[in-house]
Amino acid sequence: MPARAMHAQAMPTPVIEVRNLRKTYGSTVAVDDVSLDVHRGEIFGILGPNGAGKTTTVECLTGLRTPDAGTVRVLGHDVQHHGAALRERVGCQLQHSELPGRLQVGEALDLYATFYEQPADGRALAEQLGLGGVLGQQFRTLSGGQKQRLSIALALIGNPEIAVLDELTTGLDPQARRDTWDLIEEIRDSGVTIVLVTHFMDEAQRLCDRLAVIDRGRVVATDTPTGLVARTQTTQLLRFRTAVPVPPGRVADLLRPLPTVDEVHETAEDVVVRGHRDVVVAALVTLAEHGITAVDVAAERGSLEDAFVLLTGTERLAPAAPSASRTGVLTEEIR
Amino acid sequence: MNALRALTLAEARMYVRDPSNAFFALAFPTVLLLALGLVMPGMREPLTDIPGMAHLRMIDVFVPVTMALAMGTVSLTTFPAVFGAYREKGVLRRLSTTPLPASRLLVAQVAVNVVALVAAVLLSLLAGALVLGIAAPSQPLLVVAVFVLGAVQMIALGCLLAALVPSSGSASGVGMLLYFPMLFFAGVWLPGPLMPESLARFSGFVPLGAASQALEAAWFGDGLPARQIVVMVVWTLVLVPLAARLFRWR
Repeated sequence: MPARAMHAQAMPTPVIEVRNLRKTYGSTVAVDDVSLDVHRGEIFGILGPNGAGKTTTVECLTGLRTPDAGTVRVLGHDVQHHGAALRERVGCQLQHSELPGRLQVGEALDLYATFYEQPADGRALAEQLGLGGVLGQQFRTLSGGQKQRLSIALALIGNPEIAVLDELTTGLDPQARRDTWDLIEEIRDSGVTIVLVTHFMDEAQRLCDRLAVIDRGRVVATDTPTGLVARTQTTQLLRFRTAVPVPPGRVADLLRPLPTVDEVHETAEDVVVRGHRDVVVAALVTLAEHGITAVDVAAERGSLEDAFVLLTGTERLAPAAPSASRTGVLTEEIR
Repeated sequence: MNALRALTLAEARMYVRDPSNAFFALAFPTVLLLALGLVMPGMREPLTDIPGMAHLRMIDVFVPVTMALAMGTVSLTTFPAVFGAYREKGVLRRLSTTPLPASRLLVAQVAVNVVALVAAVLLSLLAGALVLGIAAPSQPLLVVAVFVLGAVQMIALGCLLAALVPSSGSASGVGMLLYFPMLFFAGVWLPGPLMPESLARFSGFVPLGAASQALEAAWFGDGLPARQIVVMVVWTLVLVPLAARLFRWR
């Protein structure tokens, strides 16, 4: 037994362990088979398109829903049987969850502090979250960003070991999103484990230490953002139009035989070539040799978004802010 | 501070901040009683043509009706609407993620609404006594007891609504659907002595009708309104477990 205890100390058990989670609503399978581990002190992302099962997974994590199958252990306890004790140690910021409209910010913080045995200092939290100036304001008069920050403050008011943040920055303006990201990193640095649910690629790439990509109720990959991108790093995407119209299929016929080209897709507007290594140069040179001039050429390197599309095989994502890793957009004509 | 106490105080603060509560729940019974007494013609003439009530005026007969109206207003309009709104906006879901059992919110809301109801009734009785000189109750203790019982069954009915309504819109919709018929059976349009015998008999089985009749008997009569009391006890015994069973916390 001592050996086992030592082993446990050397390899700390995850703070959240989800095994083969399944949840259906009638005939709809919301979560098919989800397994994941979250380690202490990390920002763990759950990334997926709308309707992938992210929120249901999180609701099972927090005991709001009872899984049909599988186990969810949080801080070493079964969520179904120790829900009350775990709510003391896990803070939540839920999607579509508001406060009563006429409750003031300061009152909300004071009230929620009474729910916990060892609450944080509400005023200090409000200052840290930039809510110090609106303590006397009613919830219904707050801006979207202020409501979101109050929601985060309430998730942290109980001094939790784990904070679950669902669709944290949805509906925030770009500046507020960046401020919120800084804040999440500060919270992580203070020792709180964070589970971040998002459908924004840039957010996941910027914030998460590790992330699970969920699609149609299943985990399709778990890795660091860099690791996920690396899986698709070799992918190059080339997009262009021809200067003068060419017969349909002509461009594809020319490019498909090239060894570096994986896929050619012609549409009425443009041509998209997916390939690897020097596919951009090879494709443009081949076209030039056959007297076809490519214009409005854009080359993109693999981003988390590409990794996501590759992993899930979908393009069902909500439009996100332009990907941070998109590089080298060429617009000049190449001969 | 104790969580339930903090929650009740917060709910109370929000209650008085909402002007519609201030009017409907708190002022409406008083406004109705004074408006009837001061504006409607014939309200302050003796009821000479009704046997046994010649010493009373029409406005006196409206006093128990007003008390019943106050019960109905709190339990069917303002109280369920709060839960509809909380469910709609995810306030209940949010509370469910804290260590506080969400059922404490029901306790806090009932406390706030009971205080509002008592305040509304005291205000209307005080105004009635000062402005209209309403008759004193013949059995004051029975009036209090019957009022408490009536309030309990009506708040139980309010809890049943609160248990089920998914939004504030549906809360007011269903609330109004019950509220106006209840007011009718309670005698807001045809107070006790004017209500036809068959209608009065039926009203005695409706929660608010039973409360109104029991209050009238306690205020003006000298007997025990046993049948109405049994009706209210039965309603309470049916509604409380039903609401507890059906309550959806998320």
